[in-house]
Amino acid sequence: MAYSDKVVDHYNNPRNVGSFGKDIVGVGTGLVGAPECGDVMKLQIKVNLDTGVIEDAKFKTFGCGSAIASSSLATEWLKGKTVDEAAKIKNTDIVNELKLPPVKIHCSVLAEDAIKAALSDYKEKHGSAAVTVASE
Amino acid sequence: MALKFPIFMDAQSTTPCDPRVVEAMMPYFTEKFGHPASRNHPFGWEAEAAVDAARARLAKLIGARDPKELVFTSGGTESINLALKGVAEMYREKGNHIVTTVIEQRASLDVCKKLERQGFEVTSVPVQPDGLVDVEEIRRAITDKTILISVMFANNEIGTIQDVAAIGKLAKEKGIIFHADATQAVGKIPVDVEAMGIDVLSCTAHLIYGPKGVGALYVRRKGPRVRIAAQMDGGGHERGMRSGTLPVPLIVGFGRAAEICQESMVEESKRLAKMRDRLQDMILSSVDEAFLNGRSDRRLAGNLNISFAYVEGESVLMGLNKETALSSGSACTSSTLEPSYVIAALGASAELAHSSIRFSLHRFNTDEEVEYVGQRTIEVIKRLRDMSPLYELAKEGVDLKSIKWKAE
Repeated sequence: MAYSDKVVDHYNNPRNVGSFGKDIVGVGTGLVGAPECGDVMKLQIKVNLDTGVIEDAKFKTFGCGSAIASSSLATEWLKGKTVDEAAKIKNTDIVNELKLPPVKIHCSVLAEDAIKAALSDYKEKHGSAAVTVASE
Repeated sequence: MALKFPIFMDAQSTTPCDPRVVEAMMPYFTEKFGHPASRNHPFGWEAEAAVDAARARLAKLIGARDPKELVFTSGGTESINLALKGVAEMYREKGNHIVTTVIEQRASLDVCKKLERQGFEVTSVPVQPDGLVDVEEIRRAITDKTILISVMFANNEIGTIQDVAAIGKLAKEKGIIFHADATQAVGKIPVDVEAMGIDVLSCTAHLIYGPKGVGALYVRRKGPRVRIAAQMDGGGHERGMRSGTLPVPLIVGFGRAAEICQESMVEESKRLAKMRDRLQDMILSSVDEAFLNGRSDRRLAGNLNISFAYVEGESVLMGLNKETALSSGSACTSSTLEPSYVIAALGASAELAHSSIRFSLHRFNTDEEVEYVGQRTIEVIKRLRDMSPLYELAKEGVDLKSIKWKAE
């Protein structure tokens, strides 16, 4: 299979690879997928509790090139977005941006799941702070 | 010598034609273009003589008594189709049971599935963790309805070489026809249909430096005389077993490829094994949690199959594919989107099946290429592991099995 230039670029120069400590204030972690299915994504966001803005994001992915590219792109998009804006990222946006072929759509779905899981983990851990920002 | 890219180490998917093979084929495209079934003019006689010579060379390579026992086909897939369907159809009165293994190539699996839909019963015996079939498992699977045992001689993924002679002996003892899928074995290791008790054998040219588009099926004529029902009807070519105009240039190439393989087998397998062992040592000595798939002392000389825990196979290939051609058992590289059933059959986890990489060396690989591919593979694995959440968890001491994964 030939990969799109954008997938190749993200694979060769993945953005924001790494991890935050799970207990750092403002961090939400999503771990999705399964080893036996051949892809697992860990996506983390670091939110400024005062503004509700995602200031940093990191990922680690076990999976094919498209899975790596999807999660790398997701971290790029998450940075600078508010928690609410981040929740609006759809897998189809990732498909379009990376020109993923039909057999690779599940990679984008997994990336969307990872975003949602990180957001919900953040909200769970920082419930009151998250609500305060949202109501302002 | 300077390296030339991309480096090909995927020789169990196909091989380049040996230039000597191409040279032998060339005249048969142009001045020697006759139809071997044209019995009444020199063009036909010339073509027939060329086909006969190729048939004799191939017969010699596999130890067949009589070149007439070989039927030319379009390749391994067709040979397997003809073998399994042809025997099943011909011996249906005698029984409807077939014994095979779980690590056969897709052509065999798919034909068996089709035969099952037509009322045949198929028992697929498991393999041991080293990839070898226990002959006693085959014995236990045999019933009074068994008409055919079909086993892969050497495996396409892990290179494991089965104890074909023991299976042949068992088949003889029970009076059952034995088909060996020798597409990965012929030309690479000694194959002797007489000594090994093989009744029907599939092989192909493009895996032994011959052209794509031609294969052969050996069908025993004596002790016992095996009959197969034709699957392609027409002019009654190939003793009625496979109609269709013979592709003379391809057959000539197949014959020449067989001849070269026979002449160079001993020296070549030593050379390939030495390169393969070097590649294996390099990788296994510098990468932790890398697991060799298949038994190390009973495999094809050029084969090396390793599962790299915590990294997915396609991502490994992607890191190398501009410079090196390899293959993987990962779901993402298969047409079925399932991970390798061969690696899974060894009892490995599905994750390790996704993580398997096959290196298959060929006649034209060099020591320099081996050094390069080994080094680059090590680098790519390290880079991907730095990116792998599974590797991170494992290094933190987390048992991955303790995590509740949300599988899609």
